[in-house]
Amino acid sequence: MLSLSRISKSFEVKDGVYQAVDSVTLEVEKGSIHGIIGASGAGKSTLLRLINLLERPDEGSVILNGREMTVLPEKLLRQERQKIGMIFQQFNLVANVSVSRNVSIPLELAGVPKRERTERVEECLRFVGLADKAGQYPAQLSGGQRQRVAIARALANHPGLLLCDEPTSSLDPATTTEILGVLKHINEKLGVTIVIVTHEMDVVKRLCSHVSVMEDGRIVDTFSRADGEFLPAASSSGSYREQILGKAREDYA
Amino acid sequence: MLENAFKYQEQMWQSIGETFVMVGISVGAAVLLGLPLGTLLYFCRKGQLYENKKLSLVLNTLVNIVRSFPFLLLVVAMIPVTRLIVGTAIGTIAATVPLSIVAIAYYSRLVEQALLEIPRGTTEAALSMGASRLGLIFKFLYVEARSGLVLGLTTSTISFISFSTVMGVVGGGGVGDFAIRYGYQRYETEVMAYAIVVMIVLVQIVQFSGSTIARLLDKK
Repeated sequence: MLSLSRISKSFEVKDGVYQAVDSVTLEVEKGSIHGIIGASGAGKSTLLRLINLLERPDEGSVILNGREMTVLPEKLLRQERQKIGMIFQQFNLVANVSVSRNVSIPLELAGVPKRERTERVEECLRFVGLADKAGQYPAQLSGGQRQRVAIARALANHPGLLLCDEPTSSLDPATTTEILGVLKHINEKLGVTIVIVTHEMDVVKRLCSHVSVMEDGRIVDTFSRADGEFLPAASSSGSYREQILGKAREDYA
Repeated sequence: MLENAFKYQEQMWQSIGETFVMVGISVGAAVLLGLPLGTLLYFCRKGQLYENKKLSLVLNTLVNIVRSFPFLLLVVAMIPVTRLIVGTAIGTIAATVPLSIVAIAYYSRLVEQALLEIPRGTTEAALSMGASRLGLIFKFLYVEARSGLVLGLTTSTISFISFSTVMGVVGGGGVGDFAIRYGYQRYETEVMAYAIVVMIVLVQIVQFSGSTIARLLDKK
């Protein structure tokens, strides 16, 4: 459903040019949960932002559902973005409006009439288990609850694709489990394809059907759970690549 | 002694009215033009969404020039412009022209600062859900910055009250002019003190209202 082909992005920094993403080619299958793992600075968050063109690629193409995104005029791009949900490490909710208004904003932007909006907001909040918090403000919620509001907000416009940027990195282990559960549920129940960027091997092992390892702006390997290339298990140490491969070999042996 | 202070009560009411007109119009100008200008200053800054070095330089220079004028000189220097806009350079309405110019420049800076307080992620979230430029501004930025915007307007209003006190030079009137003409120049200290008390009360009311509104708007 999503394919990135030879996509690159560099930034100008003080002492020259920093190549954040270097000619990455990636296929994300419909209905999959595709993890992108790597150390900080590997370019994974930039790669995620290239998918919905929050960052413009220097070269390469982004094809979503057969549509080349990079050539879309501003207005069509905005409409496409409305069908791509995104959640963040810092949740990025609007702090000055209530939980239900937060979920309502993407619907307002898409021009959904008020009555439908009210229904959809309720539906989304029920889905993430926060129907009772509709009238509260983000500051009154815990981190996990805020991330669930962000998920509800991302789901409001019935996206086919959900982009997750380190969604559990500022949460404790129990809350991480809770959020991973919600993401899995979204994937299984609503058929939403998920691309998730993380530096936590545990997240990949528990959630992902595919994983790509990123180093210095490049994707160095991609594994698929269906092919038995990596298995869910507690991880140990070593590089991300070794953790995935090493574990797999042990289990085969 | 007290009755001495109140003996020009009629003129005092008129002066308060003039102050309200001058400050009211300049607050209006600050909101209608200073808010968009401040938003533009914010967007054009280095590292912001619509980074634009040239426009940023032009706008910053203009805003700084207006703000660096000693206000009295700005009033005098603007007389031809004032005459062009309102037909006369004398009187309360004429006085609102230079006051509004300063108001716009002054408030735009505070708007820019309030917007800079918003975390980057808010803009990113807005764009990720397909917000248009106006959607981003009205549904995200102004909502998140609203307490700062109100506090900035409060500070501005108090400055405008202070600026309005020198408007006597172009016949603008106002409480400050009253204090100078009836109190200071006629050696009627009680009248002058009374006018100053009126100013103090005005400023207190504005600050209290502004702070209260800002607090009620802040849900962070």
